[in-house]
Amino acid sequence: MQQDVITVSSDRLVGEVARIRVEGFRFVTMTCVALEDEIFHIHYHFDRDFMLKHLRLATSMGSSVPSISPVYVAAFLVENEIQDLFGIRFKSLVIDYDRTLYLDGGVMVTPFCKYSVNGPDRDTPVARPTVPGT
Amino acid sequence: MLKTIIPFGPQHPVLLEPLHLKLTVEDEIITDAFPALGFIHRGLEMLVNTHDFHQMIQVVERVCGICSMMHAMCYCQGLEDMMGIAVPPRAKFLRIIWSELHRLHSHLLWLGLFADSFGFESLFMQFWKIREKVLDLNEATSGNRIIVAVNAIGGVRGDLSVEQLNWILAELTWVEKEIARLESTLLSDYSVKKRTVGRGVLTTEKAFELGAVGPTARGSGLAQDMRMLGYSGIDRLDFEPVVETDGDCYARSKVRFRELHQSIDLIRQAIAKIPAGEIRTRVRGRPEGEICARIEQPRGELFYYLKANRTKNLERMRIRTPTFANIPALLSMLPGMWLSDVPVVVLSIDPCISCTER
Repeated sequence: MQQDVITVSSDRLVGEVARIRVEGFRFVTMTCVALEDEIFHIHYHFDRDFMLKHLRLATSMGSSVPSISPVYVAAFLVENEIQDLFGIRFKSLVIDYDRTLYLDGGVMVTPFCKYSVNGPDRDTPVARPTVPGT
Repeated sequence: MLKTIIPFGPQHPVLLEPLHLKLTVEDEIITDAFPALGFIHRGLEMLVNTHDFHQMIQVVERVCGICSMMHAMCYCQGLEDMMGIAVPPRAKFLRIIWSELHRLHSHLLWLGLFADSFGFESLFMQFWKIREKVLDLNEATSGNRIIVAVNAIGGVRGDLSVEQLNWILAELTWVEKEIARLESTLLSDYSVKKRTVGRGVLTTEKAFELGAVGPTARGSGLAQDMRMLGYSGIDRLDFEPVVETDGDCYARSKVRFRELHQSIDLIRQAIAKIPAGEIRTRVRGRPEGEICARIEQPRGELFYYLKANRTKNLERMRIRTPTFANIPALLSMLPGMWLSDVPVVVLSIDPCISCTER
């Protein structure tokens, strides 16, 4: 990216975001990117004086990520969106739709990833069925 | 009085698009609001898997009808920055002209709908009468009234002749005169002020904390306008963001009304300074890398994240639209409001569910 990207680990994420908030940054949004081998990158985008700052967190399928919504409440919507589309779980979300922001309760797989945590017991990873012709 | 939960939307006379709010009320005072989305989510971001990066322009133009030009502009700017493409100066100024025409017709549409939300039908019709003239300009200069489809990676698809530019200036004189005629009605009328002043207040601190963007943020005193980034040659024009400080529905409508004049001024400046020359740079190769692009839509900051791996398809495209960013702010405006104020307060953020459910 043109702008600086800081890589953070899951255990340092909330502390780093809190520090960014104290520095006066506005929360812009988050982006989840599915990579190979069930690895996801979650980008956190912040703005101060029209300059962007990015955090990048690498996570894997089935693991949960701390929510930053206790620090930036505006993040709850996009974190719910990522839960729906990518199957990543966020811990301590201030408003948790439990993966029904976009999806119906019975949906077993998520649109952007091959695997979903939305199994029958909602914790078991479920393989995405192969779609004929793809 | 027991708490009662009342659904607002997804079908409601004031909302043209399906936004659903679960409103908790005591007597007729809102105590809590909870949003529900996803009624028309289209998954357009996934189309990068099946459409190449040139074809995706047509897709992003259809994320939203009202600001289609801005979506394509933001997408193209992102890829141009990623690929190191120098856009010709004339193309940049043409983008400014079309994008400000889009802001004009979007704000006029909103001002009409806003008047309609508190029952001022004649004001609604007056604003939409002016909007028709702007749509005529779009149609005459691009062939389409709304989805103008002028953007291409590396520039724009069509040029404007001197006669067309002069005609735009002449028509804008009429538009400006008509807008001025409605100013006292919108900003001074007793019934308008009665329904908007002090309603849906969002403080500056809250606006910042909740990530509000666009006129919603500027109506709360935040001088936050992505045009200050100077993209597409705006840095060569005189530009100051329109800011109001009261943070209520009235302040947000004032911001949008003043931005009508600002857009007309920017178009005039762009036409006065537009250089001669090419309108499109040839694109060679395929994009590689990742980038964030931002522009100012009529509703606020539009954010695109693009990731490419040198194939014809992008690896990832993420769109954060302004309405999506303004929903947390909307939820904080509603508690304490009368139930009858909800349509006015919801409309005051200019919600675009088509954008949100991209």
